[in-house]
Amino acid sequence: MSTVTTQPTPESGGLAPDTVVTPTRGAGARKLPVVLGVLTLLLAGILLRSKPSGDTTFQLSVATDFVTLPDIVVPSGPTAWLMVVICLGLTAEAVRRMLTRLHQPMWIPITFAIVWMIGFLSWAAAGDRIRVVSLLGGAVALAIPLVFGALGGVLGERAGVVNIAIEGQLLLGAFAAAITASTTGSPWAGVAAAAVAGALVALILGLFAITYFVDQVIVGVVLNVLVVGLTNFLFRQVLTPNAESLNSPERLRAVPIPVLGDIPLIGPIFFRQTPLVYLLYVVVAVVAFALYRTRWGLRLRAVGEHPKAADTVGIKVNRTRYRTILLAGAIAGMGGAYFSLVSVAGFNREMTGGAGYIALAAVIFGKWDPIRATLAALLFGFATNLQGVLSAIGSPVPSQFMLMLPYLVTIFAVAGLVGRSRPPAADGVPYRQQ
Amino acid sequence: MSDTPKPQPDEPDAPVTDDEAARGTTATDTVTEEPGTDPHDARGERSRSLLREIASGDVLAGVLAVVLAVFVGSVMIAATDDAVREAAGYVTARPSDFFTAVWDAISGAYSAMFRGAVFNYNLTEPAQQWRPLTETLKFSGPLILGGLGVGLAFRAGMFNIGGRGQMLIAGAAAGWVGFKLDLPLAVHLPLAILVGMAAGALWGGIAGVLKARTGAHEVIVTIMLNYVAYYLVFWALTKDWLLKTPGSVNPKSPPMKESATLPKVLGDQFNLHLGFVIAIVAVAVAWWLLNRSTLGYRIRAVGENPHAARASGIDVGKTYIVVMMIAGSLLGLAGINQVLGTVSSGVSLDLDAAIGFDAITVALLGRSRPLGILAAGLLFGAFKAGGFTMQTSENISVDLVLVVQSLIVLFLAAPPLVRAIFRLPAQEAK
Repeated sequence: MSTVTTQPTPESGGLAPDTVVTPTRGAGARKLPVVLGVLTLLLAGILLRSKPSGDTTFQLSVATDFVTLPDIVVPSGPTAWLMVVICLGLTAEAVRRMLTRLHQPMWIPITFAIVWMIGFLSWAAAGDRIRVVSLLGGAVALAIPLVFGALGGVLGERAGVVNIAIEGQLLLGAFAAAITASTTGSPWAGVAAAAVAGALVALILGLFAITYFVDQVIVGVVLNVLVVGLTNFLFRQVLTPNAESLNSPERLRAVPIPVLGDIPLIGPIFFRQTPLVYLLYVVVAVVAFALYRTRWGLRLRAVGEHPKAADTVGIKVNRTRYRTILLAGAIAGMGGAYFSLVSVAGFNREMTGGAGYIALAAVIFGKWDPIRATLAALLFGFATNLQGVLSAIGSPVPSQFMLMLPYLVTIFAVAGLVGRSRPPAADGVPYRQQ
Repeated sequence: MSDTPKPQPDEPDAPVTDDEAARGTTATDTVTEEPGTDPHDARGERSRSLLREIASGDVLAGVLAVVLAVFVGSVMIAATDDAVREAAGYVTARPSDFFTAVWDAISGAYSAMFRGAVFNYNLTEPAQQWRPLTETLKFSGPLILGGLGVGLAFRAGMFNIGGRGQMLIAGAAAGWVGFKLDLPLAVHLPLAILVGMAAGALWGGIAGVLKARTGAHEVIVTIMLNYVAYYLVFWALTKDWLLKTPGSVNPKSPPMKESATLPKVLGDQFNLHLGFVIAIVAVAVAWWLLNRSTLGYRIRAVGENPHAARASGIDVGKTYIVVMMIAGSLLGLAGINQVLGTVSSGVSLDLDAAIGFDAITVALLGRSRPLGILAAGLLFGAFKAGGFTMQTSENISVDLVLVVQSLIVLFLAAPPLVRAIFRLPAQEAK
């Protein structure tokens, strides 16, 4: 009856691909043309099956804009087909680069994605209008907890601690934010409390995973269950009877930034958000800079890649890991404040609804890099918001498939179909000093 | 990552790895254990190893883990009880009031749990008195099945978090057969179960295939497949030819036909249905599979050390695929148990009732051994049955059970922590 950890991942630990069965394949240069080609054919297929008619309106500005951009009205069918042709051109370029063994630059997939999405939208919203600002701005807002969670995940895993408990950190963060903001009357105190709550979950994770060498995936999963049970219990026993005093926080309101918010298109999307979003920009920048450009970041990554070597040169491995996951937990916890202070005012049972797992997906899809993980989280936020927008205008795409997209993309990513995701070498491996 | 390579089981029929599992095969043990305690040395040591376990305090640590978790649960009950908080206001003036209130709250909760899970002494008719026990068995059925699915994958070194998705897909498939087709009972019920198991095996198999072919980590794949399954079933619930109830906007399928529901085992006054019997059979099959069959030997070998397993000619990738398919079909059975038995009013999106995650705690507490999972499933089933009574009679949220459950597993995972809390001496080398 001693340890529960008779499993798993005997050799690799954490979430690394299994070295026994992983095929050693060449670079992913061949995959890009294939993926682009399939997507182009998919779009063409959709267009052939249901011929779009009428016009699609892309509305670029909102009523309160300082400078009003004109609406762009395009004929749906021809525009969509034009985009298919451009997509074909981009695919051809990727194929050419593959044949001549040239490097595949990042602009090809990015341009492809934008062009493809314009084509898709002209088809999906034929005869209707797409409010570009609310589509993208809403995506940013929906991505808040995902980006916070993903940053926390990236930091922890770069230091070698797998964090499946992002979901628990978000949920406890949301809970703490609701109570604190209600009792103090200040939403900012709520955000601070959310950070503390996230760090608390991280502390328990560290206690079991770092100090007692319990399998990190197991601790993470069990912690998620624990937080769900705890918050559900307290919600029913304490919050519901005292909803007035304990669960009616003031919401964080959108605060436009004076000059930046007036830039056409970009302003309303990025700079007329809640302060939590501005905090997010700062955190992303600081984490991305610190991880690659400071001594702290170097040590953190050393601990995650080769703890023994780090220990040899005098870095305290487990202390570094503890500090990192506490910070990571605080960041992830702040994301939880989104649910109970921004999305709605007040806590509810299991209100995070699996966002922590999408954040985990963003960590992996973003290849354990803060900027890429942020972009992945934004992409997932976009997919969620696009689903809402499309179902509101009654588009023919079943909304469930749109919502499925982040998860499917992640499966493709770990399976190496969209570029191999490689975790830090010592990810998930506890370090014991000899 | 351990420095001391573990010896491989050298006899195909050796059931010794059970002992090994019992003693834990983590690096901690590998580092601390001495050569003499290797279970492969002598099979006659089996009986003595149990004594040694008790003597060395491992069982004690397990019991203390449960005590500790129940204690935390008690604190939560007392802290959120109105009478206790009222008495706490004048605790210095009349401490006896405070302690009486605490005692009342805690004993009230646990006796309600007992009444809901084992024996209701407030009633007079024997059948009604023992009804709670049958409820416990009803709740433990899917937990045991799910625990087996997770535990079997554990034994092959894989962590199957995809219980929710496998349950949803299997339940939806079995449900579709259950309400769409019109067949006699003898054909309909087995067909629904088989189709459901096949669907679960397919869903679990995806993670196995991806791991075997591309090395994709099954934890990530199964988590993501949970959500894919959720939205897939959600979509199916909006299509008339799949699961939708015609003319209804609720995401719920029509109820199961009588010929496809699991029959009640103890007559109509008890809710206990055939699902529990299926769970018991599954325990026996899983035990035989793991301990007596060639496949089980392969599974254990791959779980112990995939490199050594491959070197000795075992197809590791194939084993991953097969074990995930079996795990998927077992979790599928848990979903079928819900759809065709416990909630036969139709397939809905919450058919998994969080059993997919409960199954992980069951497998961990049961130490991934079929008989251990049976015991753990019964315990957590009792928690669940008792938790609902506690909620209705004492107004304490059933979610407390979730907290106690996860705390037990956490404490059990780290015996040194439990020792430190109870100030027990550190474990001596065995």
